[in-house]
Amino acid sequence: MHPAFSVLTFTVMSGAGYGLAALLILGHLSGINGLQDTNVLLTSGILALALITLGLLCSMGHLANPKNAWRAFNRFKTSWLSREGVFAVLFYPFFLIYLLGVWTQGAEINGFISIIGLLAALIAVVTLFCTSMIYASLKTIRQWNSSLTPLNYIVLGLMSGSIVLAAIQSSLTGSASSILYQLATALLILGAIAKVIYLFWIGKPAGSTINTATGFTQASVRLLDQGHTSNGFLNNEFGYTVEANKIICLRVLMLVLAFLIPFFLILSGSSTLTIIAALLTVSGLLVERWLFFAEARHVVRLFHGDQRT
Amino acid sequence: MKLGLVIDLDTCVGCHGCATACKQWNTSGTIGPLADKDPYGREPVGSWLNRIRSYEVDDSPNSKTVHMPMSCMHCDDADCVTVCPTGASYKREEDGIVLVDQDKCMGCNLCSWACPYGARELDPEEGTMKKCTLCVDRIYDEKLPEAERQPACVLTCPTRSRVFGDFDDPESEVSKLVRERAGKALMPELGYNPVNTYLPPRNKPVQDQIDTASLKDTVKGWVNKMIAR
Repeated sequence: MHPAFSVLTFTVMSGAGYGLAALLILGHLSGINGLQDTNVLLTSGILALALITLGLLCSMGHLANPKNAWRAFNRFKTSWLSREGVFAVLFYPFFLIYLLGVWTQGAEINGFISIIGLLAALIAVVTLFCTSMIYASLKTIRQWNSSLTPLNYIVLGLMSGSIVLAAIQSSLTGSASSILYQLATALLILGAIAKVIYLFWIGKPAGSTINTATGFTQASVRLLDQGHTSNGFLNNEFGYTVEANKIICLRVLMLVLAFLIPFFLILSGSSTLTIIAALLTVSGLLVERWLFFAEARHVVRLFHGDQRT
Repeated sequence: MKLGLVIDLDTCVGCHGCATACKQWNTSGTIGPLADKDPYGREPVGSWLNRIRSYEVDDSPNSKTVHMPMSCMHCDDADCVTVCPTGASYKREEDGIVLVDQDKCMGCNLCSWACPYGARELDPEEGTMKKCTLCVDRIYDEKLPEAERQPACVLTCPTRSRVFGDFDDPESEVSKLVRERAGKALMPELGYNPVNTYLPPRNKPVQDQIDTASLKDTVKGWVNKMIAR
């Protein structure tokens, strides 16, 4: 699949934003020490809003006919893209009321604001799930059509959010909250495990072949002619191919940038190093998202000569 | 009613006539122009609703060249319709034709990702998704003579490899062809239940290969023949 830059930045930024918002609210309401500070809550909340809003604006970038984008809320019943849009918009009023409550009442918010906050955290995770299901629901791409896809999106969103939260908390208050750092470390380990399982899983040969695609299942089939002299939409969208060497290099880069270095930086407990860890994780996740697209092979490629997906 | 096409892979010669006729009819049809970008340039890109690919099946001496025209299969379980967020993609209740409402499409490409048959192409100029309409603006046009109320690709096919009809009617020509020639669906394992069906090539006896003898054998044979005489 052709990795569209707008979709990469959208999923990484809004993923971190929703992860940050959800952890911030849940941490605050469950009474974690480092998060009972109005300044920390509001700063993290505004950063989460900025990440989500910038991400959503980026997502408009890949529409070929954006003037009809407002119609995207129409098919909530069947379309995951529509559901994502509805929940992404629904998140705003809940989160804004929660932030307003924190602003006026401080860290000691009343029951009503707490319930609104809990709903905002729930909607944030549901939105992440909807985003992942856009990809996971496609039967045409076996590398995506798996429950590992939503697992990856949710865990990586929460993971990047937790590192940003730890970075903000430690640099604003000057004393690092050990629970937030333990959470970030645990999510980093979980994220790395989920990603490595995914990489092993897509390596197994499976799915449709050129034989099932053409219906000739009892003989070998080879492409003689694609039937056109220059690439069309299908080749440009689905024919994206990366050399195996480059894939391996980028996988190593992704694992080092997004998981390994941030893990050691966070262990140090220093707030400056945690900010660097957050930036490295986000850039590592951009590589991760690029690979997610570049390694996905759509079944249309079989008609253009690939022997298997 | 379940309208669709039967395509005979035994007789298709890969002339691209169906694709050209399709482009000609539909570029002025209900879905607006089928634009081409840079049509006379170095890298022309355009939206076509029908593509023909050629394959070599099996190995010599049993090998056969198969031309495979592909357009929308008007699937019974069309994921392109369910993934569409705007409601631009829809499947008609009355005849099963899958269409895109050009006024609602926002060009997000998700339906083309959901389609396993590469039937949908984004119009490079208009930014909306284009696909086979089964010539819906032709097959119901009562101003046309009845014999011409068929998709443009079917009318133009010089080898009559394309047959249009109702798959719900067991006595229609398409249903009979599928029964008699063991028609196949493409990629049935994905569960889209495509309506369009492909008739596999008929089995023909393998042609004997001419045995080219070496010069040594030829001379030996000639000498033997001479001496025996």
